Amino acid sequence: MLSDTERQEIDSEIRHAPAKSAVAIDALKIVQRERGWISGDAIKDIARHLEMTPDELDGVATFYNRIFRKPVGRHVIEVCDSISCWVMGSDSIKDILARRLGVGEGGTTPDGRFTLLPVDCLGACHRAPAAVVDGELHGELDEAKLDEMLGELRAKEP
Amino acid sequence: METPLTGNIRPDREPPSLKEYEKSGGYRALARVVSGLAPAEVTAIVKDSTLMGRGGAGFPTGLKWSFVPMGVDAPPGPRYLVANADEMEPGTFKDRVLMEGDPHQLVEGMIISAYAIQATTAFIFLRADYDLAEKRLKRAVAEAYEAGYLGKNIMRSAYSLEMYVHVSAGRYICGEETALLNSLEGKRAIPRARPPFPQVSGLFGKPTVVDNVETLCNVPHILANGAEWYKSLSLTAIGGTKMYGVSGRVNRPGWWELPMGTTVREIVEVHAGGMRPGYALRGLLPGGASTDFLVEQHLDTPMDFTSIPKVGSRMGTGTMIILDGKTCPVAFVLNLLKFFAHESCGWCTPCREGLPWVARIVKAIEEGQGEARDLSVLEEHCVALAPGRTFCALAPGAVEPLQSALKYFREDFERHIKERGCPWRAA
Repeated sequence: MLSDTERQEIDSEIRHAPAKSAVAIDALKIVQRERGWISGDAIKDIARHLEMTPDELDGVATFYNRIFRKPVGRHVIEVCDSISCWVMGSDSIKDILARRLGVGEGGTTPDGRFTLLPVDCLGACHRAPAAVVDGELHGELDEAKLDEMLGELRAKEP
Repeated sequence: METPLTGNIRPDREPPSLKEYEKSGGYRALARVVSGLAPAEVTAIVKDSTLMGRGGAGFPTGLKWSFVPMGVDAPPGPRYLVANADEMEPGTFKDRVLMEGDPHQLVEGMIISAYAIQATTAFIFLRADYDLAEKRLKRAVAEAYEAGYLGKNIMRSAYSLEMYVHVSAGRYICGEETALLNSLEGKRAIPRARPPFPQVSGLFGKPTVVDNVETLCNVPHILANGAEWYKSLSLTAIGGTKMYGVSGRVNRPGWWELPMGTTVREIVEVHAGGMRPGYALRGLLPGGASTDFLVEQHLDTPMDFTSIPKVGSRMGTGTMIILDGKTCPVAFVLNLLKFFAHESCGWCTPCREGLPWVARIVKAIEEGQGEARDLSVLEEHCVALAPGRTFCALAPGAVEPLQSALKYFREDFERHIKERGCPWRAA
């Protein structure tokens, strides 16, 4: 079942769309923001509301990199590993994070706090190596900056 | 030197508010347009200015607009203008600068462009992860509505326009304009066959123009100062300034608004401060991941739409990525190919199957498992995935850096095969 908030937000997108299915991506993002990820049940709930089949909607959901069809941590650490960041050392940034968090690429810490997610170019190439966490861009990363960043994230929810 | 696009941009500060933007001359071009110019006149001025699309393809903007059926030819119902803000070409960060730094400039450029094609609705198709740009654009759009620059009867004229910010869920192919339209319709972002072109049948089957962010940001200045002024900004026959950028091991990675046609050398050596101590320039991709390598001998080439093709590449987005002498060219190309293989939308077979194949071969070579015949397999793919062989430009773009790497860095590929490993890793 969609929550009232979810339904209201999706409906406000539908108001300026020529067809309900046109807001599929917006709807997936709204629900993901509320629940952290898109479960099979979420697909069914959204599909029903948009008058789509679940398969049709899942085809959309699985196409996009930032729709999570598996649970992720409360903070998804998106590390850019495209060309400029790679030249500037994104491999070692990923290694450091993997060691600190004790998870591999795409893995989530057992406490459900962090997911380590390598991503395509973040458009911050002049600040490489870069990462985005909770919508915030972190550039010119090195070991000290990563520790500072993790420290701040941990302090947010002790 | 005039810098119309970035004059208001102070990277360490908040962008100009509506009041500040107006004080710097903002929305005056819009006032002039809606009060006294016919849509065709706006298009004519943009045509005269020689503005060419800044997303990478360099198509003449005014000409693109002129393909939209107008007047008695116009189909009834809505028509659309879309700002392509899906900046996902690896190595590219120029539109981010423009959107974060001066969001009203894009909004004004879009309203004027929408007026030229008499669009009823405009969308900003913004990539995922540009959260700051999203926040600032949404605020600018809300301010523009409040001030009467958007909505019904803009500045008390007969023209009305609605504008929305759509934030993507992330996929490189969304930057391809017809894939972008499918995505805006809530579908998988698969490119569409052309014809029909979007100007005739685009979003929801209605006439649609898709223009890059930097392109649209030029429009208010062209309308405010005229086509002749705009042409005079450039060092070449194609008018305007250009947002250039450099990333990699240079002293000052960054962006600069410079006259169109500034040489590669000036951008790298003067503006980016040259290579960092201990690093030599081995080559560079002039305009993003999907452009052919340039090397030392090309440094004096002007960075523009006509000069760079003469030396075998494309200006692309104008944001360069430097390959330095301490980075393995094979691993560099492998990184690019993994990106493209991952981002292939899967629709057409040559791209879906070909790119992972190419990436696997380059990976094998990089890891010392390559065979001599692999190089000819790679070369065959550069032809098999050339323009016209695939449904869209993704795969042809992907093999551009590969084909030029095989030309300029061939001995590096050969050494990997012969020495059964990466010389850079051994070193």
